[in-house]
Amino acid sequence: MMPYLVSLRAIVMREALRFFNQRSRFFAALVRPLVWLIVFAAGFRAALGLSIVPPYETYITYEVYIVPGLCGMIQLFNGMQSSLSLVYDQEIGSMRLLLTSPLPRWWLLFCKLLAGVVVSILQVYVFLGLAAFAGITMAPLGYVFVFPALILSGLMLGSLGLLISSTIRQLENFSGVMNFVIFPMFFMSTALYPLWKMAESSTLLRDICYFNPFTHAVELIRFSLYESFNGAALIWTVVSFAIFMAGSLIGYDPARGMSRKKAPVGK
Amino acid sequence: MIALSCKNITYRYGSKPALDDVSMDLEAGRFCALLGPNGAGKSTLFALLTGLLVTNEGRISIAGFDMAIDARAGLAKIGVVFQQQTLDLDMTVARNLNYFAALQGLSGAGARKNIDAALDRLDMRERAHEKVRTLNGGHRRRMEIARALVHQPEVLLLDEPTVGLDTASRLAITSHVHDLAASGLLVLWATHLVDEIGDQDHVVVLHEGKVLVRDTAKIIAGAGTLTDAFIAMTDQVKAA
Repeated sequence: MMPYLVSLRAIVMREALRFFNQRSRFFAALVRPLVWLIVFAAGFRAALGLSIVPPYETYITYEVYIVPGLCGMIQLFNGMQSSLSLVYDQEIGSMRLLLTSPLPRWWLLFCKLLAGVVVSILQVYVFLGLAAFAGITMAPLGYVFVFPALILSGLMLGSLGLLISSTIRQLENFSGVMNFVIFPMFFMSTALYPLWKMAESSTLLRDICYFNPFTHAVELIRFSLYESFNGAALIWTVVSFAIFMAGSLIGYDPARGMSRKKAPVGK
Repeated sequence: MIALSCKNITYRYGSKPALDDVSMDLEAGRFCALLGPNGAGKSTLFALLTGLLVTNEGRISIAGFDMAIDARAGLAKIGVVFQQQTLDLDMTVARNLNYFAALQGLSGAGARKNIDAALDRLDMRERAHEKVRTLNGGHRRRMEIARALVHQPEVLLLDEPTVGLDTASRLAITSHVHDLAASGLLVLWATHLVDEIGDQDHVVVLHEGKVLVRDTAKIIAGAGTLTDAFIAMTDQVKAA
């Protein structure tokens, strides 16, 4: 068991050190949700009336509503950022280094994934701290209950990033991911508006949002922040994670995946 | 003892074969140059040897382990220096080597001992606490080789390790790697530069995915030079 834990610790530490070394990345990761919270939410507050739906037990302001969605956004961007760095790692040698280790490939990819999740959770807690500073607080236990939810949502979104990285050959193709994955996933979810509000304008849109795994990651975070439990969101998140992870393992399997179609550099 | 064996390896990208019926048996303690022009299939062969690609045509065994059956045991016996850099520039050499040791499942005092030994073999121990970014190109390459030796492999694969280096650094690295072979490692050195190969080195000439010849440099060169023999061989294939 030791070699497994040794490699896990090393991969997580390396990812965390990299993150802290890149201060601009750290600030960008925090500024993005803060801009949404302070600027966007302030504008929307007047336009959007929210009724009382679970897990909320009273009327809430729009800023309060979007906090869990912004936690999800941090993890979504982080998942894609990890995916981007994996594609970059493939172009330089460090991914090869990882894949030629004698430990099983599924384990190494899982370690890489978990490292990204740890970094994303750190960011989420710093964001929640800043939100609390701005007056949006949860019950103390909410901050504890959200931890396992963040692990799961982080794993799900990170494995989606892993899956995408296994199918992308070059860094240049990555802007497509922004347009076709991040934005649709974020906007067609419950991060910014609740499903019932969406249904008022289009039931089709509501249905699309419902089938978006990101919606369920956000709901899982939302419910646990308020010390309640959303079984459907949990199942959706776990099943999506299993599917994305299985896809990534196939993608990184040299006998079957996309790597077969890639000629190594300098062939 | 045969440290690396390939039997009838064929690999295709789509319908185009990158390697066509490649076979070789290489013994421990040898410096073997895999000589071929760009696009000969050297990197594809390395990707197959390191499990980054797999093929079901042919067999590869490393230190006696069949890569189709027990790839992980085989990988534990290989050290690889890729064309691309693998060290993190913003970390110290020691931290980079520690990370690599951990990927091999090594930690603690055992890992430290191996890292020191690997650095000593390349005369780089005094630079262990410098950031990789501060090292020059030649020293970075030496660190890459030290990195590939941390888990004490039996086979060392180097994919054009001197690309982009000045003459002095190239000489230093080729001489260090020859010493490693003399100490019992099998070194497989992919290159298109004939001047990196000594008379007594073994040479496998790979061209358009096929092995053209396999012998010592001296015998391949015959009465002329290895350069002439190499150019004549590859031209002949083109003409045919």
